[in-house]
Amino acid sequence: MNAAVEVDRLLVRRGGRTVLEGLTCAMDAGRITGLLGPSGAGKTTLIRAIVGVQKVAGGTVTVLGSPAGSAGLRARIGYVTQSPSVYVDLSVRENVHYFGAVTGAPAGAVDAVIEEVGLTSHRDRVITTLSGGQRNRASLACALVGDPDVLILDEPTVGLDPVLREELWESFRRRADAGATVLVSSHVMDEAHRCDRLLLLRDGVLIADDTPQAVMADAGAANLDSAFLTLIRRGGEAA
Amino acid sequence: MSAPAANRGPLISARVTGATVQRVLQQLRHDHRTIAMILAVPVLLMTLLYFMFDGRQPEVSQLILIMLGIFPFVIMFLVTSIAMLRERTSGTLERLMASPLGKLDLLFGYGLSFGVAAAAQAGVASACGYLFFGLDTAGPAWMVLLIAVLTAILGVGIGLFCSAFARTEFQAVQLLPIIVIPQILLCGLFVPREAMVGWLQVLSDLMPLTYAVQALQEVAANEELTGLLLRDLGIIAGCIVLALCLAAATLRRRTD
Repeated sequence: MNAAVEVDRLLVRRGGRTVLEGLTCAMDAGRITGLLGPSGAGKTTLIRAIVGVQKVAGGTVTVLGSPAGSAGLRARIGYVTQSPSVYVDLSVRENVHYFGAVTGAPAGAVDAVIEEVGLTSHRDRVITTLSGGQRNRASLACALVGDPDVLILDEPTVGLDPVLREELWESFRRRADAGATVLVSSHVMDEAHRCDRLLLLRDGVLIADDTPQAVMADAGAANLDSAFLTLIRRGGEAA
Repeated sequence: MSAPAANRGPLISARVTGATVQRVLQQLRHDHRTIAMILAVPVLLMTLLYFMFDGRQPEVSQLILIMLGIFPFVIMFLVTSIAMLRERTSGTLERLMASPLGKLDLLFGYGLSFGVAAAAQAGVASACGYLFFGLDTAGPAWMVLLIAVLTAILGVGIGLFCSAFARTEFQAVQLLPIIVIPQILLCGLFVPREAMVGWLQVLSDLMPLTYAVQALQEVAANEELTGLLLRDLGIIAGCIVLALCLAAATLRRRTD
């Protein structure tokens, strides 16, 4: 089976610094892939390259068989940036409605995704009156409204309580089960065990690419938390 | 790196432009204070002008006419450059650049929605001008309105372009003295253009606001639509297209 997202020797430089150094990895449809690593490892840069908004210096990124950033892909990708990117002077519903109209989503999708992120009772509130976690969820709803085939989420659960986090992960899982490719970046290790596959990034280099079980086995660790510490330190010694 | 033409997608679609117009107008609608200022400030300034000149005609009428061209240009330039800067800094622009939205959808969306706001502003201001301040034009009032709206859209276009050169709100407001005030000084408001020295006239010729003011003066002086008026309208329209093209060139799908 061909991977939905294929990254091949991706090279990204920013301001004279190499952020991603010939990165090669893949993400399968119907799976949740977790992108993990310390701050500054290049997670957001990789995500932006897959979405097609990052200038790249070399290598290729192929999404659903087309080069990343192709016009035909733009309606099929849902992208949630790390800090909520919504119009803060509009209500939740107006924001979701706008991004839905841009991606050509059916009118009924707007209320459905607001329900999915648990903001139905706040849907007519202007974003400035919402808490940080609520803003994040509004931003997520704007990405979900187009029912994307590829869903790319940069730290989507920051600032959320455990109950909401659980609910959102259930909805990511439902979307993956329905065939979507889901990529979630996080630096919270306790979310890693919810993923089908993990990519561990350190200083722009992939230091693990396997199932959570295999990652733990490789590191000889009892849980993912210590597995990552082991792998990140091991990588540090090698470099 | 230039993508093949097939990868670029449509530059504009009626659905997305329409949604963008609606979105920008909704943003304005939530901001009551801005609406009040857009509608009331020109009238207050016209009142000031009226009493400064003790209601003397035709001076007051001539000045108010010129102001009807300057207000929409200045205000829409400012509003647009801040709005576009916010798109860039809030991440919504990145999100839109990753979506099927075409660059022209965004630019036309701003142009049309602020054009609507400018039409409301010019409607209120010119109605007050005609009713209370002795504004008198030989030509039709609708032409005054049309010129005001076109000038506002010109302000939007230049604002969209210039916002690319500002990283912060502080920088964005500083664009006003750089881009707008020279045009106000040289458009014929303070000194008639004919009375300026040669090189100032050349500078004035290069500034789009000059043609808006000249068009308004043509409407004031002539019952018929003159050739000069039509030429000026053409120049303003050309400047709008140029400003939007330049603005489109500053919108990049891929950034560092």
